This record gives sequence, structure tokens and C-alpha cells, in this order.
Amino acid sequence: MKGGDATRPWGRWLVIGIPLVWLTLFFLLPFGIVLKISLSQGALAIPPFQPWFGMEDQWLNATLANFRFLLTDNLYAAAYLNSLKIAAVATFACLLMGFPLALGIARAAPRWQAVLLLLVIVPSWTSFLIRVYAWMGILGNTGVINTLLLWLGLIDQPVVMLRTDFAVYVGIVYAYLPFMVLPLYATLVRIEPALLEAAADLGAGPATVFLRIVLPLAAGGILAGCMLVFIPAIGEFVIPELLGGADTLMIGKVLWQEFFNNRAWPLASAVAVVLLGLLLAPLWLFHHQQARSMALHR
Amino acid sequence: MTRGLSPALRVAMIAVFVFLYAPMLLLVIYSFNESRLVTVWAGFSTRWYGELFRDRQMMSALWVSLRVASMAATTAVVLGTLAAIALTRLGPFRGRGAFGMLVTAPLLIPEVITGLSLLLLFVAMGQLIGWPAERGMLTVWIAHVTFATAFVTVVVAARLAQFDRALYEAALDLGATPFRAFAQVVLPVIAPALGAGWLLAFTLSLDDLVIASFTSGPGATTLPMVVFSSVRLGVSPKVNALATLLMAFVLLAALLSWWLMRRRASAGAAMVSPGNMSRR
Repeated sequence: MKGGDATRPWGRWLVIGIPLVWLTLFFLLPFGIVLKISLSQGALAIPPFQPWFGMEDQWLNATLANFRFLLTDNLYAAAYLNSLKIAAVATFACLLMGFPLALGIARAAPRWQAVLLLLVIVPSWTSFLIRVYAWMGILGNTGVINTLLLWLGLIDQPVVMLRTDFAVYVGIVYAYLPFMVLPLYATLVRIEPALLEAAADLGAGPATVFLRIVLPLAAGGILAGCMLVFIPAIGEFVIPELLGGADTLMIGKVLWQEFFNNRAWPLASAVAVVLLGLLLAPLWLFHHQQARSMALHR
Repeated sequence: MTRGLSPALRVAMIAVFVFLYAPMLLLVIYSFNESRLVTVWAGFSTRWYGELFRDRQMMSALWVSLRVASMAATTAVVLGTLAAIALTRLGPFRGRGAFGMLVTAPLLIPEVITGLSLLLLFVAMGQLIGWPAERGMLTVWIAHVTFATAFVTVVVAARLAQFDRALYEAALDLGATPFRAFAQVVLPVIAPALGAGWLLAFTLSLDDLVIASFTSGPGATTLPMVVFSSVRLGVSPKVNALATLLMAFVLLAALLSWWLMRRRASAGAAMVSPGNMSRR
């Protein structure tokens, strides 16, 4: 490509420039606007916020009031913390379920690996909304599980599962499991069987081999998988809305309600800015890990 | 042998696969249930499919969604392929790291943030330059292109990274322009990835509720928005029927893309192998 591009630098600029302009305009710039609106005052108008520069006094109307409000009302702090907690617990549950599956696929006969991987991926191609909705019919008071348990005589009255935090955990694990399994598989399949045999020959039991060889070698995949579940789960809206109860506090739901129900655009923007700030650390961690694994396997 | 699965691992794998597929299977079964109640099996019936097709609101939302998804997928494939070339084939350029982060960031940013930020952009642009005058299919299209491009980039970049550069250089040495070398040598090899990327972008757009809710306007209600408002209140047999049809469609598309990838992969391997030899 060197020769061609030296003579036609404009081709090179187009290849980089077109996606760059699109993403700058429609991805980067909007964040700046969110930041700006989060510093504006709300108003009973369309759109429902005051301009920075007032019409009459030409004075800067920027304010930190929205952020101050986030601090004073405990609802918001509770929603952020609860989102982090739910995302963390669900991520751990995903890891517990995804690890055996990824390990099993990595150790299956090579011709089976592609088929098993496809079986993991296919559910994530079907509608996310539909997959979350499916659990409403399973967990409900008259749902599949309760009907089965009642019929078996194991319970006298339905166990309340839908509209609880439990249902939210189930939904997150179900929806995000493929994102955990794929990076885990990618690292586990690279582990040399000879390493494990050598460890066993040297007297290590299966538990020791797992803890001291497999886990350290899979650390990169574990981190990547956990971030792929944890980061989107924090801002999740559909799952807590459909499966969670009225008291299931998650920040994605709060943002949605502030925006659509209360029409508090500046406050919703402030919620988004703080959420993005919270996500910076895990996003950086994920990016760092990706760059390292790419350098490692080049 | 370390290969070969222990019984415990086998059981765990089967359990997880049951967990993955049982909910979807139940939806399919209940879509053929005569009764409105989930718990009662009142006999086999295709009644809900009939009601689904007679539901004007859902059908027009489906039509909106299909149009938005095909336009968004096509644009995302173009942008995503350009971005993938920039990331894998152009060598180092200033700001390459930042460019890579910018391209893949939409993958992980929560949808509520992406949706809110795009809406605020459209409102600000409307005030400032009068375009877009109102929100509708156009704004949903822009929003979907923006987040689907990231997915296409990842899929195409993975394929491009395997592509043997020597083939492209050989075409240049033989006098082809960079564009022609790309169209006739690179494109056929990465075509399956473009197809897979298009399908992925299409399903992502067809499925999106959150970003569409923020960026859509009157007259541009997408299918997930209608489905969401109807299931919010509880289980609906019509939605079960719709889910079954969507799953059948996705299964067909998955089988098709798998078959394409396999067929093209063997053809691609045959084409690429002489290139590997010429490298010596």
C-alpha cells in the first residue's frame, strides 16, 4: 500500500476522514452538548432548558445546580451505587456460568468448537428485547416455573420472582452471557495442553493446575469478558424496566424517567455526565487490556 | 489426554445451553397456544399469527424498522469498512490510537447516553441551522449508523487483519490503481465479512429500543417501540408470535452467513495461498 498511497494521499485521507468526520459529528460532538445542557437551567419550554446566553441580559446562564441536585437527593447516589452493585454481582454470576462453558468449548474436538461457539452466539443475534421479555413468562406468578412447582406440590403459593432484583440478575446474565464466553474462549483455547500435562506430571492436582496455571493464563480473557458485561450492565434500561420492580433502582431507568416522564433534560444530562465519568475507569481498563492482548498475539 | 471433557464439565455445558435456549423455545411453544394465558395450554392454534398480521400498528412499525435497518446497515458497512481499512491497513498515522478508541467506543457506551446525546445534538442542530427540522426516520437512521459502524468495524477489521498484503501489492506492481486493486483483489476476499457485518448491523438496528426512543419522532415509531409498550404491561401472545417469526428469520440468516463464511473461507484460502508462497 506504500506506493499507491504516496502518490494518492487524498485516497488515504478519504479512508480515514469519512468515518472520522461522521463519528466526530455524531458521537463526539453530542457529548459536548450533553455536558453543556447539564450546566443549563431547566425551563418550561420547548426544548425544556434555558439557553446559556439569556435573551435580555446577555449574561452567562451556566449553572452547577443540576449536579448539586444529584448530590442532595439521595435517590441518585442510591441509583448509582445500586447499578454498580447489580452489575458487579451479575458479572460474577456470568463468569461462574460462562467459564465452564468456555473451558468445555476450548477443550472440545476442534471440529465441534465452531459449532458450539455458534450455539453461544446465535441467541445474541435474536432480539435483545424479546429475550428479556421471554423471562416475564417464565418468572411471573402464573409463569412457567411457578406453575411447575405448584403442580409438583413443592410450593403452596407462587414464589414472587418477577419484578424483583433477582429477575434483573437473571435477565442480565441471560442477555450478556455470550459476551463473557467469547473472550474467555479466545484465551482458554490458546493454553498449551502440554503446560497442563507438565504440571500434572510434576505432581500438581487438578485444583492446583486450575488455580496456578489455567486461571493466570486466562486472566486477560476474564478481565475482557467481565468488562464487556459490567460496563453495559451499569447503564441498562430494558432489563430493570421489564423484569425489575418499582423499587429496583438503576441509573439507566432514572435517566429515562427524568428525560421522558419529567422532561428534565438538563438533569438527565447531568445524570449522563456522572454515569460516563463512572464508566471511564472500566472503559480505560478494557481498552488497556485489549491493546495489551493485541500486542501479545501479533 | 487433557482434551476430552470430564463428565462434570459436560453436565455444566449442557445446563448452560439449556439456560440459553429454553426461554426462546418456550416463546415458540406458547405462540401456538390458543389461550391468552401463559399457564394454560388450550390446544394448538395459529390464531395469534393472524392477529399479529392484522395489527396495523405493528405492521407499519415493522415496515419503518425494516427500512431504517436496511439503510442504516448499508451506510454502516461503508463507514465501518473504511474505518477498518484505516485501522489495519494504512500503517501508523498520527492519532491512530485515538481514532481506534473513537471508532470502538460506541460498543460500550450505555445506550441511554448515546440516545440522549444524539437527541440533544439533533435539537441543537435544529435550532442552529434548521436541520433536521423534526425528528423521524432520518434521525433514527443517523443514530443507528453511528452505533452499528463500531460493530461492522470490528468484524471487518478481524477479516482484513488476516488478509495477505502481498496480494494487494502484487496488484499494484502489475499496474492496478489502489482503488482497482481494492475492488478486484481485497473486496472479494473480505466480502463474507461485509455480509456478516451488514447482517449484524441490520439486526442491531431492527432490535434497538433505547436509542430509537430518544431519536425518533411522530410517524417514525419503530417495531421495538411498539413491542416494548405492549409487553410493559405483561405477556402478550401476539408478541410471542412476532418473537417466533423474528427468531426463525435470525436462524435462517445465521445459517446463511455461516454457510457463506464457510464456502468463501475455503475459496479464499485457495486464493490466498499463492500469495503466501510469493512472500518468500
